[in-house]
Amino acid sequence: MKKKIKIKLNGRLKSINKNSTLFNIIQKNKIPLAKVAIELNRKIVDKKKIKNINLKNNDKIEIVHFIGGG
Amino acid sequence: MKKDQLIISKKNFSSRLIVGTGKYKSMHECAKAIKLSGAEIVTVAVRRVNITDKKKPLLMDYIDPKKITYLPNTAGCFNSKEALRTLRLAREIGGWKLVKLEVLGDKKNLFPEMIETLKSTEILTKEGFKVMVYCNDDPLMAKRLENSGACAIMPLAAPIGSGLGIINEINIKIIRKQTKLPLIIDAGLGQASDATIAMELGCDGVLVNTAIAKAKKPFQMALAFKNAVIAGRQSYLSGRIKKTLYGNPSSPKSGII
Repeated sequence: MKKKIKIKLNGRLKSINKNSTLFNIIQKNKIPLAKVAIELNRKIVDKKKIKNINLKNNDKIEIVHFIGGG
Repeated sequence: MKKDQLIISKKNFSSRLIVGTGKYKSMHECAKAIKLSGAEIVTVAVRRVNITDKKKPLLMDYIDPKKITYLPNTAGCFNSKEALRTLRLAREIGGWKLVKLEVLGDKKNLFPEMIETLKSTEILTKEGFKVMVYCNDDPLMAKRLENSGACAIMPLAAPIGSGLGIINEINIKIIRKQTKLPLIIDAGLGQASDATIAMELGCDGVLVNTAIAKAKKPFQMALAFKNAVIAGRQSYLSGRIKKTLYGNPSSPKSGII
């Protein structure tokens, strides 16, 4: 059985496979990469490097985009 | 004749009306109202992607950022830290450097927190952002923002979403006289004539959201604001007559039968 780790994705607790990369999360959630920005533990992530970023237990990911606003 | 354009941070715009994209019933309604308004700049907010509902429509699918300039805004931020975080993320989405800084001080009146705003303007400018700054209608603070590197001064007409129109025309006139930066009335307009007044005071543009989005007929109001801004600008450039206390007949006094 694959070992699991817990992360927070946009405030929601998620259980994911150990050794998952940030790219795996983006892919799994069908995030349109060109239209978002990503933070990992409050630090902005270079979107070109997400395949090389391995996630750890308790990592906090924020994925944001533009919405209607004043 | 030289084209009269709005120039912000060396970028030219034909329309002097900037519109917000919030509070519309749907993305479709928002996109149509923007088209009718003729606006070339729209403000947008930065928020979490909806992870649970992936079918939720995206703003970029309705308003093409290649055709309309997105102006990321920090609406909802109550301190410098939150505002800086938001705009750094906005830049990361697609290289946006022209941004609108709005740091609020109080949830009830939504007045800007000017100390945090000033601090944020300095930091963002140093980081290479072109910062259009929402502020009070305070000439002294407007001057300080200008000295801190703001690329546009955006005083409120009245509290955000209040629809009260321009409360302090005198201060807006003073700010107009003291700055060469683009001066854009940001918040509190309620009807098209408010925009005309702003333009007649010499403002370079107006930013409107609620007054269009929440009008009974948003499309008609979008068009009304478009025309009102054009009328106000033309009126300002035409040079109005002096006000006099007494009447002055329009028809010749001579040759009366």
